[in-house]
Amino acid sequence: MPASSHSSTSPSQVQRRTVETHQLANGLVLLAEPVATAESAAFTLMVPCGSSNDPASRLGLSNMLCDMVMRGAGDRDSRALINDLEVLGVERGESVGISQTSFSGATLADNLLDALAIYADIVLRPQLPAEQLDAAKMVCLQEIHGVEDEPSQKLMDELRRRTYLEPWGRTSHGDESGVEASTAADIKTQWSAHYRPNGAILGVAGKIDWDQLVELVESQFGAWEPVESAKPLEAQREKLSPHIDFEGNQCHIGISFPSVPYSDPKYLQAWAAVGVLSGGMSSRLFTEVREKRGLCYSVSASLQTQRARASVMCYAGTTSERAQETLDVTYGELIRLREGVLQSELQRLKARIKSGLIMQQESTSARSGSIARDWYHLARVRTLDELGRQVDELSAHSINAYLDEHPPNNFTFATLGPQALKIPV
Amino acid sequence: MKFRSATLDNGLEIVAECNDLAHSLGVGFFVRTGARDETDEVAGVSHFLEHMVFKGTPRRTAEDVNRDFDEIGAHYNAFTSEENTVYYASVLPEYQEPSIDLLADILRPSLRDDDFNMEKKVILEEIQMYADQPPFGMDDHIKALHFGRHPMARSVLGTCETIGALSVDQMRTYFESRYCPSNVFVAAAGKVDFDQLVKQVEARCGHWEPRAATRELPKPASKPAFESVVRESSTQQYILQLADGPASEDADRYAAKLLATILGDDSGSRLYWELVDPGIAETASLGHYEYQGLGMLYTWLSCAPDDAAENFAKLREVYANAEQDGFTDEELRQARSKVKARVVLGSERPRNRLFNVGGNWMQRREYRSVTNDLATLDGVALDDLHAELKKYPLTRATTVSIGPLQELEPLA
Repeated sequence: MPASSHSSTSPSQVQRRTVETHQLANGLVLLAEPVATAESAAFTLMVPCGSSNDPASRLGLSNMLCDMVMRGAGDRDSRALINDLEVLGVERGESVGISQTSFSGATLADNLLDALAIYADIVLRPQLPAEQLDAAKMVCLQEIHGVEDEPSQKLMDELRRRTYLEPWGRTSHGDESGVEASTAADIKTQWSAHYRPNGAILGVAGKIDWDQLVELVESQFGAWEPVESAKPLEAQREKLSPHIDFEGNQCHIGISFPSVPYSDPKYLQAWAAVGVLSGGMSSRLFTEVREKRGLCYSVSASLQTQRARASVMCYAGTTSERAQETLDVTYGELIRLREGVLQSELQRLKARIKSGLIMQQESTSARSGSIARDWYHLARVRTLDELGRQVDELSAHSINAYLDEHPPNNFTFATLGPQALKIPV
Repeated sequence: MKFRSATLDNGLEIVAECNDLAHSLGVGFFVRTGARDETDEVAGVSHFLEHMVFKGTPRRTAEDVNRDFDEIGAHYNAFTSEENTVYYASVLPEYQEPSIDLLADILRPSLRDDDFNMEKKVILEEIQMYADQPPFGMDDHIKALHFGRHPMARSVLGTCETIGALSVDQMRTYFESRYCPSNVFVAAAGKVDFDQLVKQVEARCGHWEPRAATRELPKPASKPAFESVVRESSTQQYILQLADGPASEDADRYAAKLLATILGDDSGSRLYWELVDPGIAETASLGHYEYQGLGMLYTWLSCAPDDAAENFAKLREVYANAEQDGFTDEELRQARSKVKARVVLGSERPRNRLFNVGGNWMQRREYRSVTNDLATLDGVALDDLHAELKKYPLTRATTVSIGPLQELEPLA
């Protein structure tokens, strides 16, 4: 038999794919990356309603609204809505962030347009049934209570709260009093003010026909009325102590420091620096905290970006007796990052980023989310091959120049466990 | 998509689903060993060994292993279950050979004393971490309650005591007996060059000495039980239920998947409408888990402690009604379209196909394409679901309740 299979010895390249864009008269931006070889199509619909839009006495309102819009829309009641999406095979998810509510879904390509028509009902014509308000409230309270039993998540929520000015450090689930106080009128008001096409983005990826998609989106979302909306006001919040008492075997440690947001020209440098800290098992935190000292099972750092601000958030969880050492070693690595990164570290990181980009092509869900996020932050979409070129151009020199300008500094700490730790200053 | 397989002279098998349209490939070494193959003295050794495999070989230090994987941009990891231990990597096609070189090399680890002692600390941290998270170790406990001394009831992690007492010599002995060519196979999916793959594996694993590895397969004899475990610091109450289900070799496992979807999927299921949608439970779900010679139907419910007794009664009612009145065509149609869409969506990533191809080979030494799976799902009829519930009644289950409640009254 001839050995004719294409033996791939040449380096893989990111495919050249185009991203189509179309803006409706009401402001809604439609983006699509057609993928001829896919059998699926996925979408991410971002609506500009996040926890930063919650009134201060109604923390958790946007999250509750997100639950309520799924309880019936257009002609469908709650049960018909969920059932019809399931019959279409839509794998769906909803999430509320600081500035956005995202509705995402993936299904067989043939069912995409039918699914999108249902989502038009969900955002434009939700029934918001008053008799289901109590149920929605209880769902939201369950979420708040559930976090109490998840110490690592609770710690990271507390770290974010301590890192940012109000309202940027909020959690989507809010607090018990905010959820309990919310009325049907509050829900309706929040929906009218923030479920709006100006500022909304619909990203689609997969096996699609662009012209058909534009037509469907124009007909289903075209009547959506724009609303002018005020920006959330910033405020200092009361100073919180770093330690939170918690009964458990482990102590959970969080450290954050300021970074630059996605739209910053130096974002890639900032992101790469965090990658050296915590990307792959040869990264610094994994090597120093876990591999060399066996201090913990879980240690990581990631750059978390909002539109106008960003922070690096680090986490480590360890038994109480070793918590101080874990905190000190982790902190030490953040300080050491000021000295810069090595060429060899960058080389490994680039290899990881590149394979990550290429593998992202294989998921329509990942692509629909990525292009929508790009537009949200940049008001344009970078194709994967453009991103690939930017990664190729990254140099240790440019990362170190960034670190000289923005050395890890102004740290915020949070610890959760049986006893307080000594915070390095 | 094309399935290929080969066997080396020492018995090591290689299987792959080759897809020329893929951009990457997933490759894994699947070892037929896990908690069920352990004894009391070495409880947790399979999982500890999985960590030690990354700690270096005669050719590589632990740092070399991590660095070499990162240098080829691999997305890699490993996991241990009750019956298998899997080491895998997703890479770009040009790194097929280096990824095989790495995986094959680490599958013959040095198991050095210093590394063993250091990694023991990490394992102890992992055990403590899970002890602080729901269901607070009760997932192990409920298996032991339900299946008694059956090997499948063993804990994957082990305990602080068993791990603390484990010696590196015990681990070496376990390794020798389990990681032999007849008990390991290589699976790959995606843009795989199969002819090269066979050569690459042969060059690195062809000299591995053949040896027989056996597994005890006692018939499971389950005995439903009920237990309340008090954990005052919990905010929520957690209720776990374990009932018998089809094993991985049973043809009716597809019916079990559909049945679990109708009754207990995260969304749109009977438990969802009864407990989650009204907000009286945080989560309520049913899943089917299949193993060699034994299957489990596993229920998970979490809610406020005050609502637990009532929710538990509702849960039992949902199951009793299903056993008595069965399901509707509409429910089956909905569950089927959901499960089929998941099969197709999942198949677009080589990494997902790797676990599918590897899992089928592990369990049944068979290859099943996406098309096979879809056709089988289409063939499941309503009567099959009803027969399934007769054979594996959900009302015959072991229950463990964990949380602040002193007692969960099992309402009649």
